[in-house]
Amino acid sequence: MTQVSMTVNGKSVSGDVEGRTLLSSFLRDHLSLTGTHVGCDTAQCGACVVHVNGEAVKSCNMLALEADGADVGTIEGQAAEDGTLNVIQQAFQDHHGLQCGFCTPGMVMSAAALLKDKPRPSEAEIRKYLEGNLCRCTGYHNIVKAIMAASGQDVSSIAAE
Amino acid sequence: MYNFEFEKPSTIADAVAALGAEDAQALGGGQTLIPTLKQRLASPSALVSLSGIAEMIGVCVEDDGSVAIGGATPHAVVAREAASSYPALAALAGQIGDPAVRNRGTIGGSVANNDPAACYPAGVLGSGATIVTNTREIAADDFFEGMFSTALEEGEIITQVRFPVPQAACYEKFLQPASRFALVGVYVARFADGVRVAVTGASEDGVFRWSEAEAALSKEFRADALMDLKINPMNMIGDLHGSKEYRAHLVSVMTKRAVSACL
Amino acid sequence: MPKDSGIGASSKRREDVRFLTGAGNYTDDINAHGQAHVYFLRSDIAHGRINSINTSAAEAMPGVVKVFTGKDFEGVGGMPCGWEVTDRHGAPMQEPPHPILAQGKVRHVGDPIAAVVADSLEQARDAAEAIEVDLDELPAVLDMKAAAQEGATLVHDDLKNNICYDWHLGEEDNDKINGIFANAAHVTTLDLVNNRLVANPMEPRVALAEYSRGTDEYTLYTTSQNPHVIRLLMCAFVLGLPEHKVRVVAPDVGGGFGTKIFHYAEEAFCTFAAKACNRPVKWTSSRSEAFMSDAQGRDHVSTIELALDADNNFIALRTNTYANLGAYLSTFSSSVPTWLHGTLMAGNYKTPVIQVNVKAMFTNTVPVDAYRGAGRPEATYQLERVIDKAARELGVDPIALRRQNFVTQFPYDTPVALTYDTGDYHGTMDKLEAAADIAGFAARRTESEAKGKLRGLGINCYIEACGIAPSNIVGMLGARAGLYDAATVRVNATGSISVMVGAHSHGQGHETAFPQVVADMIGIDESMVEIVHGDTSKIPFGMGTYGSRSLAVCGSAMVRATEKVIDKAKKIAAHLLEASEADIELKDGQFSVAGTDKSVAWGDVTLTAYVPHNFPLEVEPGLEETAFYDPANFTYPAGAYACEVEVDPETGKVSIEAFTAADDFGNIINPMIVDGQVHGGIGQGIGQALLENCAYDENGQLLSASFMDYAMPRADDVPFYGVDHSSQTPCTHNPLGVKGCGEAGAIGSPPAVVNAVLDALNSGGKAIDHIDMPVSPSRVWTAMNS
Repeated sequence: MTQVSMTVNGKSVSGDVEGRTLLSSFLRDHLSLTGTHVGCDTAQCGACVVHVNGEAVKSCNMLALEADGADVGTIEGQAAEDGTLNVIQQAFQDHHGLQCGFCTPGMVMSAAALLKDKPRPSEAEIRKYLEGNLCRCTGYHNIVKAIMAASGQDVSSIAAE
Repeated sequence: MYNFEFEKPSTIADAVAALGAEDAQALGGGQTLIPTLKQRLASPSALVSLSGIAEMIGVCVEDDGSVAIGGATPHAVVAREAASSYPALAALAGQIGDPAVRNRGTIGGSVANNDPAACYPAGVLGSGATIVTNTREIAADDFFEGMFSTALEEGEIITQVRFPVPQAACYEKFLQPASRFALVGVYVARFADGVRVAVTGASEDGVFRWSEAEAALSKEFRADALMDLKINPMNMIGDLHGSKEYRAHLVSVMTKRAVSACL
Repeated sequence: MPKDSGIGASSKRREDVRFLTGAGNYTDDINAHGQAHVYFLRSDIAHGRINSINTSAAEAMPGVVKVFTGKDFEGVGGMPCGWEVTDRHGAPMQEPPHPILAQGKVRHVGDPIAAVVADSLEQARDAAEAIEVDLDELPAVLDMKAAAQEGATLVHDDLKNNICYDWHLGEEDNDKINGIFANAAHVTTLDLVNNRLVANPMEPRVALAEYSRGTDEYTLYTTSQNPHVIRLLMCAFVLGLPEHKVRVVAPDVGGGFGTKIFHYAEEAFCTFAAKACNRPVKWTSSRSEAFMSDAQGRDHVSTIELALDADNNFIALRTNTYANLGAYLSTFSSSVPTWLHGTLMAGNYKTPVIQVNVKAMFTNTVPVDAYRGAGRPEATYQLERVIDKAARELGVDPIALRRQNFVTQFPYDTPVALTYDTGDYHGTMDKLEAAADIAGFAARRTESEAKGKLRGLGINCYIEACGIAPSNIVGMLGARAGLYDAATVRVNATGSISVMVGAHSHGQGHETAFPQVVADMIGIDESMVEIVHGDTSKIPFGMGTYGSRSLAVCGSAMVRATEKVIDKAKKIAAHLLEASEADIELKDGQFSVAGTDKSVAWGDVTLTAYVPHNFPLEVEPGLEETAFYDPANFTYPAGAYACEVEVDPETGKVSIEAFTAADDFGNIINPMIVDGQVHGGIGQGIGQALLENCAYDENGQLLSASFMDYAMPRADDVPFYGVDHSSQTPCTHNPLGVKGCGEAGAIGSPPAVVNAVLDALNSGGKAIDHIDMPVSPSRVWTAMNS
């Protein structure tokens, strides 16, 4: 066991982990931050996306010890202290960008990373950026629409909600 | 995963020392290695992370104009930082995997793994790059030895890949729809002294140079120069996603498109 | 003007808040104190005889609690099948045993041989590697037609052959139908494959079981669409436990699409092992494991023939299908190629003579069962592909050919056992033609051609039978369960309401849409109504969520229970208002006496129900009612879809340029949610048409065994979809007039996509009749160059 320390959603945390402990399992099993989901074992689905030092990474494809000293952001840290949803979360609710909710944390975290780099992405840019996030429920329609709305774009002309 | 020791040295020398241990293995970004470990297909005694070695991260332009990329540089950094110095390579890096994978996966890891469908081997071989290790420099033509096989010795670390910058270059990738690796990817680079064409995803022997296309394009650099050239489907990969014949055909199409994009 | 609350309003989903903040409670998020983990040692060959299993080394490994093999389960039942299909001669289907852990043989890659329970998953896996299994490999039975031949290797040694049943529906007089085909003006024939799919909900399956010696009670947390069904099957057929000692909880579930309907061996195993080990036992499927243990979908090989008269009227239809059931009968597997498939072969058309023949086959592959649409996509695909081919052969417009043959009179008795209660297929097609701008297609094709692309337009019509189903009818057809549903409406003293429903929500938004109904009926704010689901200890009973049934069946039970509540509340109100019960009206949460200004508020009545000081003596205190609802018929959603594709003639790559759906779902409670259901169905249908392919090699090894090889749609594979739900013919036999919308997209889209691709290719001068799904670039290119 090795001690690992990092900042998660602004709080300092540490724990004893094995070499093989994944960042996703450190978050879920050690910190009980179960909003980060694991949907595959080949780094395809993106349900586990978190931010490490501000960048989107697949936490099931990164060793916890690799994140030693890092600043980690998860879905649990996205809303305001009082529970108010952030602009992306709110847009997902407003535009029905989620159904079963399992891919949603990864989608929101990826969307946040995209909008940080590109505040007003086009539809095509959003679709391209989400290539590492699988959703089986929505057909992506309302996810893309929600991200466009979250970036301040008028989505009223896009077909039905 | 089987358990292993984890080490994260901050210098190349310490990494080399750590890799001296029996069954120790280098860890680049882990985007291929970690899934492999999850399947218990490998059982290293220790993983030596290269992500903490500052001198192995970054993109710089050398005095001779070549672009040198540290072996532990993530794809996303190459896509960003090589955009002006070597745009075709930056574009290639920006097409690997997906954004989250690009934030972790590294050029050294990709090149050392030499997956037959990976993008970087095409860019490295197509550019005639030099693979710099902790002990030597290896020309790309001597480096890739077939599917998942390279000239690297045990414990040898890719510290840098140095790319001569062609007059024009383009990478055309046709996606394997599930993995988002290349079903076929072709890197065309036009230098003053000739054209290089490297193909990934297509061959059972891994990345290769399409010498007939290079000869034709060196004579006349336009897509039509490839009109009468065909790749023999025999050694192509045939699988769920495409037959041998289809891959052979795609090599021609992607090469033509890469050439057209260079013009 | 859109409504802002109640029935017809696009109320925002209240469940989203927990999902968007990481506060969902999925099964894998639950951990029991002291839990152990199980790892299943699964067969890596498709077919083999087990000579011996030696677990002694494994038992001695660190952390190991107990190692189980098939022997440990000799005293309990196997996994049951919930539907006994009767073959064309009246004999019951062949029904082989399906043990929890393999006994004697392994029959597919992934068949569990042994299970190790240990302190940690990695320890369990370490120990599993130390189990010695001596297996003799047998030839793998894979090709269905070969498997049906006399002398074929048997998947189950005790069965007479590999044919589970040879089933028939519709026209029985072969001479008659042969005569129609022989004398028809035109006959179109098509051979096609409905590709095997893996449902792949994003959440892999998980089971966590606890047992208390003190109370002899079990709790199973599981990723299920129907916790009561799991409890019933597991208690009554597998483990022989009394239901009142077993609680099954399906908390937040990350998508189901059918594959989480079934009772799986891992659920029964964990429940059994929790007692045997006297510790909670947890199993979390990896995605790789899911590919070899989740029931898969589709996998039909069919020949369909359509006979037309000289005026292009459909006069007869005949289909012959081989349906793959895999190695064992999964819970509802037998019903899918039969009563959920053959009955749909009439489609939207008044074809007078129809004959459906189905041979269901055992093979050495993962079991096949219901996947979104379940039988109906297979029927629709056959029918709509052969119609499209006929239109091309006859040189007639595919929309006109369909319109000419539409059913227009309702109710309509089909030749394949259904009675369509209502529909307006021309009206729905009108909506499609407008929404998809069919008239502008020619101009769009010209634009595509200018870019060197081939453009195609594909049309599809579908009908489904949803809201399953009348229990007396399905009972006659072999179902071993009733298919009603139940709801309890519990009104609290202060007027807020908890509704315990048998339907399970795993993406469908019941927690939002169901309260809209109850609130609307009473005239109170939606926020005063809460839905409780997914826990057998909290809800009366429930058959669960599948077959687009939740609102049509469980919603109807909820309406009935709410009506009972209102009836009782009116009695109380009448007492309070000193009026006759018959004169009491409920509107906007106020009970009033008709024709007067006397009224009493909902909350005052509910408080009185629980503080019955001034109360009618003949009425019981309290305000809680339960209703079970058994539907009188299926519901029949129908629609018309249009897909436009561009094909890159150089690479064969197909891109979806536009997709438009016009559906008739009857009345709609929450349009936003309904649209979302259709989007998702279309996404999966496009996946089946272009990308998804669950393929085995000649040894029965799964080639598409991970997300690296099983391709599903990503955001950049699909466009924004156009949806139009303004064509509404309400269901005539349920109280809400609703039909069901969950599967429509997945049923209606694959033929539209394939028809569009073929239209594109034929427009380029290639006479190509058919390409099997997935219509991958390689297959398109091969078709164009052969």
